[in-house]
Amino acid sequence: MAVSSESTLLFAQDAPEGFFGDRADKCVREEGFCPEWIADNYQRYIDPFWEHVFLTVVPVTIGFILAFSLALLAHRHRWLIGPVAGVTGALYTIPSVAFFFLLQPITGLGKTTAIVALTCYTLLIIFRNVITGLAAVPDDAKDAGRGMGLTERQMLWKVELPLALPEILAGLRIATTTTVGLAALAFLANGGGLGAELDAQRFFKSNVVVAGGLCILLAAVLDVIILGFQRLVTPWQRAAT
Amino acid sequence: MTEPTPAQTEGKSDRQAATLEFRDATKRYPGQDDAAVDHLSLEVPAGEICVLVGPSGCGKTTAMRMVNRMIDITDGDILLDGKSVKDRPPAELRREIGYAIQQIGLFPHLTIADNIATVPKLLGWDKERISTRIDELLELVSLDPADTRDRYPAQLSGGQRQRIGVARALAVDPPLMLMDEPFGAIDPINRERLQNEFLRLQQDIRKTIVFVTHDIDEAIKMGDRIAVLQKGGKLAQFASPADLLMYPASKFVEDFVGADRALKRLALQRVRDIDLWKAAIVRVGEPVAEARAKLADADLEMALLVDDSHRPLGWLSEAALSGERVEDKRRSEAEPIVEMDDILRDALSDLLASDTRYGPVVDNSGKVVGVLSLEVIGGFLHEPSSEARSGADLVES
Repeated sequence: MAVSSESTLLFAQDAPEGFFGDRADKCVREEGFCPEWIADNYQRYIDPFWEHVFLTVVPVTIGFILAFSLALLAHRHRWLIGPVAGVTGALYTIPSVAFFFLLQPITGLGKTTAIVALTCYTLLIIFRNVITGLAAVPDDAKDAGRGMGLTERQMLWKVELPLALPEILAGLRIATTTTVGLAALAFLANGGGLGAELDAQRFFKSNVVVAGGLCILLAAVLDVIILGFQRLVTPWQRAAT
Repeated sequence: MTEPTPAQTEGKSDRQAATLEFRDATKRYPGQDDAAVDHLSLEVPAGEICVLVGPSGCGKTTAMRMVNRMIDITDGDILLDGKSVKDRPPAELRREIGYAIQQIGLFPHLTIADNIATVPKLLGWDKERISTRIDELLELVSLDPADTRDRYPAQLSGGQRQRIGVARALAVDPPLMLMDEPFGAIDPINRERLQNEFLRLQQDIRKTIVFVTHDIDEAIKMGDRIAVLQKGGKLAQFASPADLLMYPASKFVEDFVGADRALKRLALQRVRDIDLWKAAIVRVGEPVAEARAKLADADLEMALLVDDSHRPLGWLSEAALSGERVEDKRRSEAEPIVEMDDILRDALSDLLASDTRYGPVVDNSGKVVGVLSLEVIGGFLHEPSSEARSGADLVES
């Protein structure tokens, strides 16, 4: 394989003479899983890792703002639910490679392209969950709220949205995890991230384990953060059991 | 309760109950031939419970919801303290009207305290006033404030949630309350307890209340006045419970109140409300001649022996009156003893359970005031009271 031999060559040049022990040297040459190599090279993953965080957090944030606003609009004007779900659903089905290619004439290559595409993928998930969450608010609570003199706006912010929070945050978690995975393809649009590292030496087990592992770790950490936030803001859910 | 704080007395009931008038109030839905509520006219005096009752689809809930504009009136008007509800912005109007529904509709994400605080917060009450009011309301509905305040609705039983629903509706001491089958989803034993509690509460707070139910027994128990609605939202009759049972205005009302309407009247009246038998009340040592004179004047052939405080001891036998003075020779004990405040139905049940078919009636201090017998109750059921007769004029066609 051209790529693999090339990258091995790269290491041979980078590594100072006799730096690795014989066994470690052999491990790297055989593209195996080499703890010594990882211990010594982890710094090279730091920048891509933060790039990956950026490629996740920015699209999810923009996507959340967009989808949430669309959902509030569609909640009031019910006829919008179908069209919005249709359009965001269509965006969701576009293969990422094709998406980057389609965006290239408009946004060129780079982070912007990656972010636009990744943002589009979050819309359907978040939109659907906000709508589902709002629809699941008990009718009796809404009727009582109206009967007590809450305005439509007060009802939305004080009753409907708080009660929809678990569903909304569940959507946010799915969207975040998905985006961490999809962001690994951002390198196809020259967007950087851990995907670029993965691709650079995709047959070198050590590299794949570290870059891939960091992706998984990132997804898990973000998931736990959102889950923790959810527990904090929905105390009634624990009381219910 | 402890000494009322100034805030408590302030919260108690400084606001007057409102009068409510339906004036040809009509609701039509587009595309439907029959009106949901058809020219409904009735007046509810301040401080009374008006029950809207009828079979499903009779428009009773619709009629209630028109009051706070949850449903808009098509024709006619509804006046609250003489002012049309149509002139008020709906949200503002609703904050002044207590609202309690069968499903309760507590907000699951808010603590009990925050649920009760909903309308006070909308009206911009300060924190301290709200907090005091919450404790006061929880005590009013027989819940422990310290234990209940910070719980979530899901942590309470159905009966407790229902009480919170009522407390929340009472939060700002509204002059009018709307209650849509508020005890409908509760098991019979707890429902009865809640009804009694609520009636006791109403004695204190004296709100004007529109109470919707499909249960005629609940209507009779809760209502000062009952509006029976029939399909198409037409008022079949508007009358006091006693009148409704005595003088059903139509075949429909007669069927709706049920074949046992005579018996239902027993639940409405107390022993003090009916004419009792006069008994010969004698004491030991009294001259027999006097006792015999009393007997001649009594409705009962037996003399009732009482102690010095006029408490009943037993029924005298013939032998007791054979000498010069009355002796303590009883044929039977004075059982059952009926209290003036007993409901007739319960008193009847006591009489039927005993061997004798009559029992001495005592007042609060235990003194005999008369005798209740099956015949007396039979007479009551047969003869409409004069009050009920005059009420018949209220009957509408």
